[in-house]
Amino acid sequence: MTAVTAGTAGSAGTAGGAGTIGAADAAAVEAAAHEAVFDAAVAADERIEPRDWMPEAYRASLVRQIAQHAHSEIIGMQPEANWITRAPSLRRKAILMAKVQDEAGHGLYLYSAAETLGTSRDELLDKLHSGRQKYSSIFNYPTLTWADVGAIGWLVDGAAITNQVPLCRCSYGPYARAMVRVCKEESFHQRQGYEALLALSNGTEAQHAMAQDAVNRWWWPSLMMFGPPDDESTHTAQAMAWKIKRHSNDELRQRFVDIAAPQADALGLTLPDPDLRWNEERGHYDFGPIDWTEFWDVLKGNGPCNDQRLSKRRQAHEDGAWVREAAAAHAEKHTGGNNGKAQA
Amino acid sequence: MTSDGWPLWEVFVRSRRGLSHTHAGSLHAPDAEMALRNARDLYTRRSEGVSIWVVPSAAITASSPDEKDPFFDPAADKPYRHPTFYEIPEGVKHL
Repeated sequence: MTAVTAGTAGSAGTAGGAGTIGAADAAAVEAAAHEAVFDAAVAADERIEPRDWMPEAYRASLVRQIAQHAHSEIIGMQPEANWITRAPSLRRKAILMAKVQDEAGHGLYLYSAAETLGTSRDELLDKLHSGRQKYSSIFNYPTLTWADVGAIGWLVDGAAITNQVPLCRCSYGPYARAMVRVCKEESFHQRQGYEALLALSNGTEAQHAMAQDAVNRWWWPSLMMFGPPDDESTHTAQAMAWKIKRHSNDELRQRFVDIAAPQADALGLTLPDPDLRWNEERGHYDFGPIDWTEFWDVLKGNGPCNDQRLSKRRQAHEDGAWVREAAAAHAEKHTGGNNGKAQA
Repeated sequence: MTSDGWPLWEVFVRSRRGLSHTHAGSLHAPDAEMALRNARDLYTRRSEGVSIWVVPSAAITASSPDEKDPFFDPAADKPYRHPTFYEIPEGVKHL
C-alpha cells in the first residue's frame, strides 16, 4: 500500500492532445513502448506498482475489484454485529467483537490499495452509498440465529479465504500486499466459526438443529460467492491474462467444496445437496446445480437485506459526520492546518 | 466534512527491538496523534509492533516513477563494490 503516489498514479505515458499526425504517431509509439514494458513485467511475474504505466482497462478493472472487495468487508460487519449483544457467552462476545473489528481493518487496507490507483476514499464511499459499486451478495442474507455467526465464519470466510489466498500473488503490488495481511487474519475468523458450530452440533437437540439450519441456509450462497460459472463470467479471462486472478471461478468453487465436505462430516452436520458425493475418478467432490436465478436476483438488489444493508451503511456515515468534523476542527486548532497537508 | 480533508499518512512499524521500522501501509487521519492511534488499531491488533512512525504522505519525496530508469544506473557498472568481484587464491581463509 505505497499510497505516496496515489494522486500522481498514471500520469506517466498519458498521450496529450495530438495536434499533428506526427505527434499522434509519436504518442502511439510511446504508448506501445509502455505497453510492452507492462506486458513484460506481467509475463515475468513481476509486480506492477502504483506509479508504473498501466493500461487504463487494467486500472479500471482493479479499481472495480478492489472497491467491491473493500465494500464487502465493511458491509460484512453488519450481519455479524447483529449478534454481538446477544452472543451466548462473554468469550464468544469478545471473539465476535475482535472479528468484526478485523473486518473494518480489512476494508481499510483495501480502500488504501484502491486509492493508489488514483481514486479517493470519498469517491469510493460515495459510489457504495449510491449503489454504483457493488459488494458481495452474500451479505444481503440475514443472520437469523446465533448459529449463523458460526456458519458465516466457517463457510463465508472459508470461501473468502479460498478466493483470497491466490490474490496474494496478484500482479498489482498494493492489492497483493493487502491480501497477505488479510489472509493472515482470516484463519482465526474461520476457526472461531467452526468451533462455534461444533459446540452447537455437540449440544442439545435444539442446538444441533439450529446449527444444521444455519448451514442449510448458508451453503448455497457461499458457493455463489465465487461468481458465475466460467462460461458466463465477463471479467475472468482478461483478469487471468493480467494475473489479477490466478484461478477461474469454477476452479476455486471446486476447491472450496473439496475442503468443506469433509469438514462438514467432522462437524456432524450435512450439506444441503443430495448430489454431493466423492468422485474417485475425478479426485473431486461432485455437487448439484446452483440456482443462478437467485444469484442474479440478489445481485440486482432483490435479496432479503439489500435495502437494509445500504441504508444502515449510509446512516452510519451520516451519524459519524460530527465526529469527523470535530476531529478536523481539533487538528486545525492545534496545528493551524499544518498537519501533513504540506503539499496538498 | 469529507475524508478528503484528512491527509494521507504512511505508517511504519518496528516489529521488535533490533529491527528497523518497515512500511506497513497507509491511512487517513486529521492529525499526527490520531494517525498514530489509528495506526495502532489498524496495523498492530496482534502485537505486530513495539513502535510506530506516521509520516504525512505529502512529505515523502520519491525517485522517478519508472523504477528502472537511469537514476539507478551508476550502481550497475560497479561490480567491484561486491566482494565476489575479487579472486582470492584457494585455501586462503577468513577473507
